[in-house]
Amino acid sequence: MKKAGAKKPLPFFCMKPMKLNTTLFELGVLDRLAEQNTPLHRLDPRAKLITTLGFIFTVVSFNRYEISALLPLTIYPVFLIGAGDLPGRYLFKKILIASPFALFVGVFNPFFDRAPMVMLHGVAISAGWISFASVVLRFVLTVSAALALIGITGFNAICMALSRIGVPRAFIIQLLFLYRYLFVLTDEGLRMVRARSLRSFKGRGTGLKIYANMLGQLLLRTMDRAQRIHRSMLCRGFDGEIRLNREFSFTIHDLVFCLFWLSFFGLARSFNLSLLLGQLASRMTA
Amino acid sequence: MSHHIIEFKDVRYAYPDGTEALGGISFLIHHGESVALVGGNGAGKSTLLMHLNGCLTPESGQVRIGDFPLTPKTLDEVRRTVGMVFQDPDDQLFMPTVYDDVAFGPLNLGLPHEEVDARVASALATVDCQKLAQRPPYKLSGGEKRSVAIATVLAMSPSILALDEPSSNLDPRARRMLINLLATFTHTKIIASHDLDLVLDLCERTIVLYQGRIRADGPTREIFLDTALLEECHLERPPSLSLR
Repeated sequence: MKKAGAKKPLPFFCMKPMKLNTTLFELGVLDRLAEQNTPLHRLDPRAKLITTLGFIFTVVSFNRYEISALLPLTIYPVFLIGAGDLPGRYLFKKILIASPFALFVGVFNPFFDRAPMVMLHGVAISAGWISFASVVLRFVLTVSAALALIGITGFNAICMALSRIGVPRAFIIQLLFLYRYLFVLTDEGLRMVRARSLRSFKGRGTGLKIYANMLGQLLLRTMDRAQRIHRSMLCRGFDGEIRLNREFSFTIHDLVFCLFWLSFFGLARSFNLSLLLGQLASRMTA
Repeated sequence: MSHHIIEFKDVRYAYPDGTEALGGISFLIHHGESVALVGGNGAGKSTLLMHLNGCLTPESGQVRIGDFPLTPKTLDEVRRTVGMVFQDPDDQLFMPTVYDDVAFGPLNLGLPHEEVDARVASALATVDCQKLAQRPPYKLSGGEKRSVAIATVLAMSPSILALDEPSSNLDPRARRMLINLLATFTHTKIIASHDLDLVLDLCERTIVLYQGRIRADGPTREIFLDTALLEECHLERPPSLSLR
């Protein structure tokens, strides 16, 4: 038998129930945040959705070497987090979890794009590094804005807003059901993982093969459940359309919020505000 | 009123894999009756309930609900008449909030919005869950989920209630509250359950299923005192009855 060396982190398929449990707990955090009652929370979901979409489009529309012009846009997510009373540290952690995607997208830029672009204190910085930094910055901006949107609106309200601005119903139903049954599914998976860990000793019984069996089992259970849910929907007259008894009111506050931020995004897109501010500052000190 | 009658005439059903689930079931339930469906695991209780509102269709035989036979044409009418409460409330509560879930049926009936509002309010009041209206269903306790599941059905004002294992997974207090709640309903009720104490409290008549066939059909008390019959059908006399 091999001697156990330094403890290696467990692969994801050996995950302990505890860890899964915390993940599940975290899922509900954003929803609980959305139950707060700040002026930002009271805005119409459509206003927040449209503004945030505007923000995301603005951020991704800059050219790939842009950094300075992006900086003023950080005000928007910071404003949402501040005015919405959201825990910045928690959101930051969430962004970190998603960050590998962005890092993979940008990580090869410095190797392929080696032309020097900027001289900083005598050190040449290549265009690749600049574009890499730009990718990361955009990622942080868009993801933080999207997370903050969920935190001040709630997932379900966003779905309602999406359906009101014309996103196809089928898509909305998918999203709503995905979110509703995510909790049931994680619960079910958690129970299976717990049952396995109680009967696996010394690492035996935690292999990939067992994991595959469990996944298959979970899929079958899910299909059974889907059938039962469909039945219960039919029993209550489901005919392919989900109706909701809900009124939204788009008030003057919502309009002001939308117009203010959208025009700010427009401004930041057309002029490099950081540069203007810098020039202004240097002219004043000169 | 012939309105609230459930009639099964020699209903047979086999699952697609060939297992026979119901082998010729016939019975008649009258308006206002409260009937229990008991039997061991796999005796065919749930399958029988599924036939009540066309979730399953019999291979042969006929199901009549109220004045009409159950056919694809009468399906909508029958589903409005028979309110089905499933065993797992998670299957029944699929909407984002409790309000939306209770409103789901009435909205599908095409009722105007104010009427839907009123129905949701009254259904939630009946099961004493008004406070839960804006909560997402996955955050409710087992007892709350069950009550809300019943409310989703009440909101359609059915005249027949069909319940599959209503007391499963409930703690004693929640179970007692459920029994008290069900006792207040004047609907025609058909309850499939292993909980014979609950049956004793709620149903004056019991149908015993065994291997897809009706083994006995009669007054609950009489059936529960027949030890030989109960044993044969994988059941046991409820403790409350043995003491007397």
